[in-house]
Amino acid sequence: MTPELIIDKIKNRFPDNILSTKVEFGEGTVSIKRGSLLDVCRFLHDDPELYFDFITDICSVDFIGHEERFEVVYHFYSVRHNHRIRIKARAPEKDAVIDSLCPIWKGANWLEREVYDLMGINFIGHPDMRRILMPEDFAGHPLRKDYPTEGRGERSTFDFIPDID
Amino acid sequence: MPETFLPESYLPVLIFLIIASGFAIGTLAVGWLIRPSRPYAKKLSPYESGNPPFSDARQPFPIRYYIIAMLFVIFDIEAVFLYPWAAAFNKIGLYALVEMVLFIIILFVGYIYALGKGALDWES
Amino acid sequence: MGILERQFEENVLTTTVDAMVNWARKSSIWPMTFGLACCAIEMMAITVPRYDIARLGAEVFRATPRQSDLMIVAGTLTRKMASVLRQVYDQMPEPRYVIAMGTCATSGGIFNTYSVVQGVDQIVPVDVFVPGCPPRPEALIHGIITLQKKIEQQKFLRK
Repeated sequence: MTPELIIDKIKNRFPDNILSTKVEFGEGTVSIKRGSLLDVCRFLHDDPELYFDFITDICSVDFIGHEERFEVVYHFYSVRHNHRIRIKARAPEKDAVIDSLCPIWKGANWLEREVYDLMGINFIGHPDMRRILMPEDFAGHPLRKDYPTEGRGERSTFDFIPDID
Repeated sequence: MPETFLPESYLPVLIFLIIASGFAIGTLAVGWLIRPSRPYAKKLSPYESGNPPFSDARQPFPIRYYIIAMLFVIFDIEAVFLYPWAAAFNKIGLYALVEMVLFIIILFVGYIYALGKGALDWES
Repeated sequence: MGILERQFEENVLTTTVDAMVNWARKSSIWPMTFGLACCAIEMMAITVPRYDIARLGAEVFRATPRQSDLMIVAGTLTRKMASVLRQVYDQMPEPRYVIAMGTCATSGGIFNTYSVVQGVDQIVPVDVFVPGCPPRPEALIHGIITLQKKIEQQKFLRK
């Protein structure tokens, strides 16, 4: 199915939850409201004509300064039909939580852990919300725009070096 | 007065033994003298690819290995008894045959009992 | 401490014994694989017949620190991996040497970020630094020969 047809199908099913759609360079993008994420994604997964069974990536964008600061971007792919779609959902800074897609796609587990680790967005219903790339005792979320590149001194504090040689 | 038995032809074996063990002990001794020895707690900890060890490596030993080994010893002794009997069979005749068959029957009864008790089951 | 270490004055006997011990140690340096990133590929490349590190005695790359003399830290060291590096270094028996291969191990390289340790010598004592991104296999072999020259200078019997 072409991106336009996929987007039309989603629009027919969820007319009120879509904020904007775009088709650029042969790729379709749908921005939806944060609360309707689980319903839209379950529809994408279960509908036999769409059948998005492979969650390709979950990444996040930090629009610092806007009142809806974080945007979570989901990429889905259908192995059966060989078509892709991109879903975007925004979350404000004070309430940076969003529904977890782990009940639908098991592969979302580590992808959401990475988003939590680096951007600080919490996922409701995630079975194992902890850091995945940074050390467990790391404080802060490094990929936010207000986090300095050189870090805040963690890279040179070591508590495990014994006093020999 | 009985003659003392001096096996001169085994003298090269003795020399070989002395030289070989001397070589082995010598190299180990040189290694012990030369190598540094500075143990500390982190060096002696078990190797787990750099992660801290989280459990003892010793686990409960499955008992079926012990039972199989015990049965092996018993039937191995039986086989050891069979060898000289088989070698001298044509000199000892029917009497020895009957006696050996009785011996094997006694051990066979034990084998059937072990089989019935599940000693040879691997999975349970 | 070994009982003979550093007990004797310099004379012709002790310098000869030291030369022998140092020759034995430098001609059989067994590296341990600590390839973290791209430098590991160049470290693998020195084992091929073209560059052949086996002719220097570094025949076998042991995977365990218990049987190795040399740890070649090849690649970027992140803060999360740093405790593992120190633990593995601690589990190597003396005499042990460390080569920091590549600019990431030497000084953090181009990664001046929150998670990369800016130089492996903050964690383990380094004997030879081999710069390059990645260093050519010949450069790493030059580093190992430099380490061999350093081992030749070591004192075993002499005070």
